[in-house]
Amino acid sequence: MNKDPIIRVKNLDIGYDRKTIMKNLSFEVQKGDIFIVMGGSGCGKSTLLRTLIGLIPAQNGQIYIQGIEMGRATAAQKLEIMKHSGILYQSGALFSSMTLAENVALPLQQYTNYSQNKIRDIVAFKLALVGLAGFGGYYPSEISGGMRKRAGLARALALDPEIVYFDEPSAGLDPVSSKNLDDLILEINKSLGTTIIVVTHELPSLFAIGKNSIFLDKTIQTISAKGNPKELLKNPPNEQVYEFLTRGASYEKRT
Amino acid sequence: MIKVKAKKDIVVFSLSGVLNESKHPDISFRDLENKKIELSGKDIVSWNTDFVVMLYNLLKRVPKENITYTDLPEGMKQLLNLAFQTPFKECENKSKKESFLERLGGYGIRFAQSVKRGCIFIRRCLHSWNRQLIGKAVYRKKDFWLVLSDCGPKAILIVSLISFMVGLILAFVGALQLKTFGAQIYVASLVTIGMTRIMGAIMTGIIMAGRTGASYAASIGTMQVNEELDALQTMGIPKTDFLVLPRMNALLLSMPILVLLSDIMGILGGCFVCVLCLEVPLSEYIKYTINSFDMTNFLVGVFHGVMFSLIIALCGCYFGIHCGRNADSVGTATTKAVVYAIVWMIIMTGFITLACEMVGI
Repeated sequence: MNKDPIIRVKNLDIGYDRKTIMKNLSFEVQKGDIFIVMGGSGCGKSTLLRTLIGLIPAQNGQIYIQGIEMGRATAAQKLEIMKHSGILYQSGALFSSMTLAENVALPLQQYTNYSQNKIRDIVAFKLALVGLAGFGGYYPSEISGGMRKRAGLARALALDPEIVYFDEPSAGLDPVSSKNLDDLILEINKSLGTTIIVVTHELPSLFAIGKNSIFLDKTIQTISAKGNPKELLKNPPNEQVYEFLTRGASYEKRT
Repeated sequence: MIKVKAKKDIVVFSLSGVLNESKHPDISFRDLENKKIELSGKDIVSWNTDFVVMLYNLLKRVPKENITYTDLPEGMKQLLNLAFQTPFKECENKSKKESFLERLGGYGIRFAQSVKRGCIFIRRCLHSWNRQLIGKAVYRKKDFWLVLSDCGPKAILIVSLISFMVGLILAFVGALQLKTFGAQIYVASLVTIGMTRIMGAIMTGIIMAGRTGASYAASIGTMQVNEELDALQTMGIPKTDFLVLPRMNALLLSMPILVLLSDIMGILGGCFVCVLCLEVPLSEYIKYTINSFDMTNFLVGVFHGVMFSLIIALCGCYFGIHCGRNADSVGTATTKAVVYAIVWMIIMTGFITLACEMVGI
């Protein structure tokens, strides 16, 4: 295994205010991996994601991203790390007052010195990458939910990030759109070598794209399984993981 | 490095070395039109996305099936495949320039539609009001108490402060003129009549439009964004019952009391100036205040307050209910609720003043 993971989490406690949701989380994400954070509803998947991207502070423990400990990083270091990270939120989180092209152009205008022409070219390319060529002039309210997610992904990819975080990418999408988004995630991972972290509980999605995963167990408030999701299904380490990966099949009656 | 060789019906792009430039080679789309494109990259050492962006933008109008790849690095090939997956189309320019007449017509149509919507909304509110009178309106009493606490006790401090300051300003401005005639004692009458007749109600109205009307529009607008209004409609609960009645009732109840408070605080503000700055004895100020206090003026002020409360509640709820479904719309709805409430309050003041003039009060 690579000794220098792109993300390393050590003894992390997460939660809101004084309430701890998950304790003692430790895991590593290797460069170029597609890493799934799975678990039942309300187990703290999204809280873990929000902690990783720095939206809420860690209660305890350390997060190292590209070798830098986030708790001790200076504001400039944090900004640099965030510039190399793209995030696709559940709803796409596009700015409703801006067109898709303006949404994608925003991080480029903010963090680069590119000319307007170059930004226009990059925006056209990123929108084409997610299958939205020619939709740059549309407002988020004028397109479907699936297209909004893809446009959100184009914005997340604007700065060629090394890590892209996905919060429930399949939520609210029909099975075909969901599969298309999964294929897109795989293509982006393959062609750009981007490390991808996906928070999801959609089984078809996590089996289709997941190379590695952790399972957050609500009952014991920590990670109860690690590994490739398909491997976990073949050799379930415990009842909760088996039930989760089989949509509630009985652990005792497994073959 | 990029070398372009154009043959009869095929253009070959030979890519080699380190590919990180984003400058177009000297070739335009017309040179590539109706031709097959071959991208050959046997000797590529390294490449980055800037280069792929440039290549995509150069070839984006070429149909996907006319492009072939030979010996391209796997990542670059996949990236180009992904980018060319949907045929390119030019961005639609939706901002069509309208002529003056078209714009004028558009404004006229939108104005007529908004008047119609407003009338329908008021009619529905009246129906809800009727249902309330016969005890058939559907709303939670808890909502009424929550709204009442927000637009009543929680507004006391700001209404008191602003009214005190208005009384103070009124007294100062009046004193500047009256002092020259040695008639500064009449500042008490000026402040009392001014505050009780109109200023108390207007100031309370403006504060409540900014504070409560805006909050109504924002909270109902957010409900619209979250599809809560659709849920109400599908449950068969009239929006005007569930959302407008508790808010309107709370304002109807709290506004007259806040107007009374505003009158008192304004008179206290005037007293502060007279006693401390104009050296009018406190007993004299109280005497002149009582003498100039007229119950009719006070009731006209309270009537203004009641009418303003209806305007604020209707504007806040109307713009909240007719809010769009995105974050921007909530901001627009809030702004409109405040602006329209203030404008209608001033218009209403004009009507009431005219009516009072006609009946001689």
